Amino acid sequence: MSVHSEELYQQVILEHNRRPKNYVKLEPCTHHSEGYNPLCGDHLDVYLRVSPRGVIEEVTFLGDGCAISKASASMMTASIKGKTVDEARHLFDEFHHLLTKELDPEKDAHSLGKLTVFSGIWKYPSRVKCAVLAWRTMKGALDEEKTVATE
Amino acid sequence: MALDIEKVRKDFPNLAARGRDDKPLIYFDNAATTFKPCQVISQTHHHYCHRTSNIHRGVHYLSEEATAEYEAARDKVRRLLNAKSLSEVVFTKGATESLNLLAQSYARPFLKPGDEILLSTMEHHANIVPWQMVREMTGCVIKVAPINDRGEIILEEYRKLLSSRTKIVSIVHVSNSLGTVNPVKGMIRDAHAVGAVFVLDSAQGISHEPIDVQDLDVDFCVFSGHKLYGPTGVGVLYGKEHLLDSMPPYQGGGDMILSVTFEKTIYNRLPHKFEAGTPNVAGVIGLGASIDYVTGLGWADIIVYKKELCTYGTKLFEGVDGLKLIGTAADKAPIFSFVLENVHPHDVGTLLDREGIAIRTGHHCTQPVMKRFGIPATSRASLTFYNTKEELDIFMRALRKVIGVFR
Ligand SMILES: Cc1ncc(COP(=O)(O)O)c(C=O)c1O
Repeated sequence: MSVHSEELYQQVILEHNRRPKNYVKLEPCTHHSEGYNPLCGDHLDVYLRVSPRGVIEEVTFLGDGCAISKASASMMTASIKGKTVDEARHLFDEFHHLLTKELDPEKDAHSLGKLTVFSGIWKYPSRVKCAVLAWRTMKGALDEEKTVATE
Repeated sequence: MALDIEKVRKDFPNLAARGRDDKPLIYFDNAATTFKPCQVISQTHHHYCHRTSNIHRGVHYLSEEATAEYEAARDKVRRLLNAKSLSEVVFTKGATESLNLLAQSYARPFLKPGDEILLSTMEHHANIVPWQMVREMTGCVIKVAPINDRGEIILEEYRKLLSSRTKIVSIVHVSNSLGTVNPVKGMIRDAHAVGAVFVLDSAQGISHEPIDVQDLDVDFCVFSGHKLYGPTGVGVLYGKEHLLDSMPPYQGGGDMILSVTFEKTIYNRLPHKFEAGTPNVAGVIGLGASIDYVTGLGWADIIVYKKELCTYGTKLFEGVDGLKLIGTAADKAPIFSFVLENVHPHDVGTLLDREGIAIRTGHHCTQPVMKRFGIPATSRASLTFYNTKEELDIFMRALRKVIGVFR
């Protein structure tokens, strides 16, 4: 593959796709939502256990999708576990801005960490939805929406 | 004489365009839309440079010329389909609009609760949703003929579903997601035996083989110009004259009337009754040019060459470990839908795109097909006569690299 493709399909992403983290149904959970991308049929469930004080104690997912959506979901669970709900929402905003090129990880302050591997995706407008599906679904679960569709 | 592919390729300027990251382009998305030859582009260009005018109502030179060219294109469609008369050729904005026209102007006024419309599992959403809308309005019933594992309609089941309740059968000629070429002539005969009217969705079929509506005895046939090397935004509804005559207009407006008073309006005669408003004049003229182009190349050579591509491609695809072709009908167009064991279609599409190769991934507007095969999506390479075996070889090397990335 060309150098460019490695920008999008970096080892980190391929590795999370191959062996996704927290890839299991969470029982019991306090929040759950089902995300669906009508364009490609991708579909995943996000489960959260949030403590009374608003800390995300556990977060897991299950589903079918492309490497981008699966890796994004896996990395999301790793990065929001242990954070407060407010911090997770804030991280989603930052991540979204990263995908739409409104945030430059080199210049702007952020707390994205490894999530910056997705920075090349703005060049592929059709794939932004894949990267954002799990996050939208997580937010939907927190907002008590049973299903979330990207469109 | 065989097609001179190098020469043919020179007719299509878009083939020389570059893909992503300035890679040489391989265009394998012809089932979505085809490229347009210079002959089509220059005809539409000529219209806008020299003949811009409204048609059917001008007394000035440009309008008369444009009207003549527009009507000449209608005759080209008539000849392409071997329709009996010009009254049977209605211009629309595409296959989708033609099907909606039929649903609203044929099915909706005539169907009663309990009447049946028969479709198949492999229909495009454009040949499902308009009928469902009619079902909402009339209480009719939609039946679906199943397909087998090769992606062929199971004809015994199809025949079993036909009955005196069946009023409309609407079936795809060539499937855009499976490549299957349906044996429509016999299916039309079967439908007529129970008194049903047969609608043929030739959106893909129109570029696959010549269609003789009289020989097929088909009642309605629809297609889009843009899949026949013509412009977007123009399509055709063919209908037998007595059927079109019996139907109320689809849309009201200018051109479709003879006289209007607030008390009573008299509709225009066929085919104008179904062409309300200013049509896509340049598009229709371009479609005429695309028909000239295809018939100029010659159907016999096109068919032989596409068959060759299909056979060659099938062999290559079958040689890839972990790849499954979805759609392996005995009679097939060079449309290759496939799934890979460890790679999602979306990733295939993006990684091939990085190599300058354009394919389509997803459900291809045929979600019932995906459900039938228990998959969310496929990758689809669809070829036509300007594609080559060399392109298929390059495609295969790129595909193997994609598989390597996910190993
Ligand atoms: C089999 C089939 N029917 C109908 C359509 C709809 O055609 P259009 O979108 O040009 O109206 C398509 C287009 O993909 C098709 O492949």
